[in-house]
Amino acid sequence: MLSAQEFNKLTARVTQSGSAAAKPRSLWSDARRRFMRNKAAIVSLCLLFVIALACIVGPWVLPHAFDSADWDAMSMGPSLKNAHFWGTDEAGRDLLVRCLIGGRISLTVGLLATLASVSLGIAWGATAGFLGGKVDAVMMRIVDMMYAIPYLLIAILLVTILGREFYLVVITITVFSWMDMARVVRGQTLSLRSMEYVEAARAMGVSTTRIIFGHIVPNLLGVVVIYTTVTVPGVILTESVLSFLGLGIQEPMTSWGVLIQDGAKVMEVSPWILLFPAALLSVTLYCFNFIGDGMRDALDPKER
Amino acid sequence: MWSYTLRRVLATLPTMLAVISVCYFLLHATPGGPFDSERQVSAAVLANLQAKYHLDLPLWQQYLLYLQSLLHGDLGASFRYADWSVNDLVANALPVSAAIGGGSLILSMFIGVGLGIVAALRQNSLADHFVMLIGNVGSAVPSFIIGPVLIIVFAILLKWLPAGGWHDFELRFMVLPMALLTFINVSVIGRVMRGSLIEVMHSNFIRTARAKGLPTRVVVLRHALKPALLPVVSLIGPLAISSITSALVTETVFSLPGLGKLIVNGAGNRDYTLVLGLVVLVAVLTVALNLLVDLAYAWLDPKIRY
Repeated sequence: MLSAQEFNKLTARVTQSGSAAAKPRSLWSDARRRFMRNKAAIVSLCLLFVIALACIVGPWVLPHAFDSADWDAMSMGPSLKNAHFWGTDEAGRDLLVRCLIGGRISLTVGLLATLASVSLGIAWGATAGFLGGKVDAVMMRIVDMMYAIPYLLIAILLVTILGREFYLVVITITVFSWMDMARVVRGQTLSLRSMEYVEAARAMGVSTTRIIFGHIVPNLLGVVVIYTTVTVPGVILTESVLSFLGLGIQEPMTSWGVLIQDGAKVMEVSPWILLFPAALLSVTLYCFNFIGDGMRDALDPKER
Repeated sequence: MWSYTLRRVLATLPTMLAVISVCYFLLHATPGGPFDSERQVSAAVLANLQAKYHLDLPLWQQYLLYLQSLLHGDLGASFRYADWSVNDLVANALPVSAAIGGGSLILSMFIGVGLGIVAALRQNSLADHFVMLIGNVGSAVPSFIIGPVLIIVFAILLKWLPAGGWHDFELRFMVLPMALLTFINVSVIGRVMRGSLIEVMHSNFIRTARAKGLPTRVVVLRHALKPALLPVVSLIGPLAISSITSALVTETVFSLPGLGKLIVNGAGNRDYTLVLGLVVLVAVLTVALNLLVDLAYAWLDPKIRY
């Protein structure tokens, strides 16, 4: 996070060195430098990397399967016995492996639904922004309508009707998380079209393609990156809420939401079954939040 | 003002109609949907359904009849409970949700605004850090984690309060769910109030008031508070709406017999007609709340022209 003072110092230095024919810096190298200076974001990024790596590799390395019961150790607290480092659940299944497998599902749902909703949002917003006029009005009216709908309820209606397959959960979440991106991209496209530097480029005879890829896309990209990092935790959260309510991912598959639901049922006798997945989910969400903040500060220093 | 109100009211109608239609036709377009007789349905329920949904008529007539019964405030029959209409179920559940949600919203307004003021006036003090911490935790840690943690601490370890359940609006059953909702609301209100008051305190008319020699208390209460409250007022609507959504989680965590629990159970039992009725009800509530917020804001903020 950049305080106003630091920022002023920074800009002062930039204007000073500007006269001394400093190497021109692109938006992205500038942004990377600002991001690298943000300790919380860097720590979060590393932590997230570790969590993701553990989710991918962990289940292969650990000696338990996520759905096989250990009859000698049911509802056992964390211990070294039989290598149940995070203990077992009430069916004797190893909690660490279940958390990692659940993490695979939660993170995959998060990535897929984010990818889908970001693509949809960009396409929708850019189309509305470029075309303008009546098309724009109708498209944005639809977005407003989507905002007015309590999405969690429609999501519940959808899974009630359609069922709870993995891809259906992804689709359901996607349908209700693309509007922010659409709005932002549309606004950005609209304002970029009438920017002075775009006009200047046009006046200098730069071709439309070069204007789009040289001026509009890079500026759009910043917002897209920021909103993508904001979308990921929201999507993961939605999946966990659905699963927590028993309306998302189904047994024997598992996700962090399912694990937290399981844990909440038995928290009076074996609280660790709740606490480990809860901590894992919270840490992940925190990391995404910090990275999102870092991205915003790095790419859009005016914002703060 | 009146023409603005009328325009806003009219503008909500398409939204409501769209929500209801989408839900209705989704339900009907599904193969193996609610109106197939593949499942064991008791004769009484079947008779209820036949009567309610006029299954012998073409779809568009059924739809119009459904809209007509909605206009009369009839949400339909339950697919599962033979003796209960959705209206009966709602009549039992709504007061519970309203008490918890409304109570905590009012409570959190006072707490949130109070904390926000203290935090804004004493930046970097303990109170300020407290507000930022609450805001941070409330925005990142989901309510279905905070809820169980509250139960572990206050019901299981300290044994002060029951872990869940409900009995006749007894206060001890309401404390924990309300605490959870209040915490989440305060995390938002406190942060917004802090930010907006800080901004207002930097404005010119506050400097003038200070220059006149008014004591800080008067400057804050008489001059700064009113404009600083505007963003908080605009939060009430979204917060009220999100209380409906978070009722799903709270009522599941604390097993309260409210609207949220009804929806979750209905969805779990695949009680299509119940879920449809409830979704329509909540959607209408949401749209109405949004409308109220817009109108209140137009009324409060002289800068908004209509």
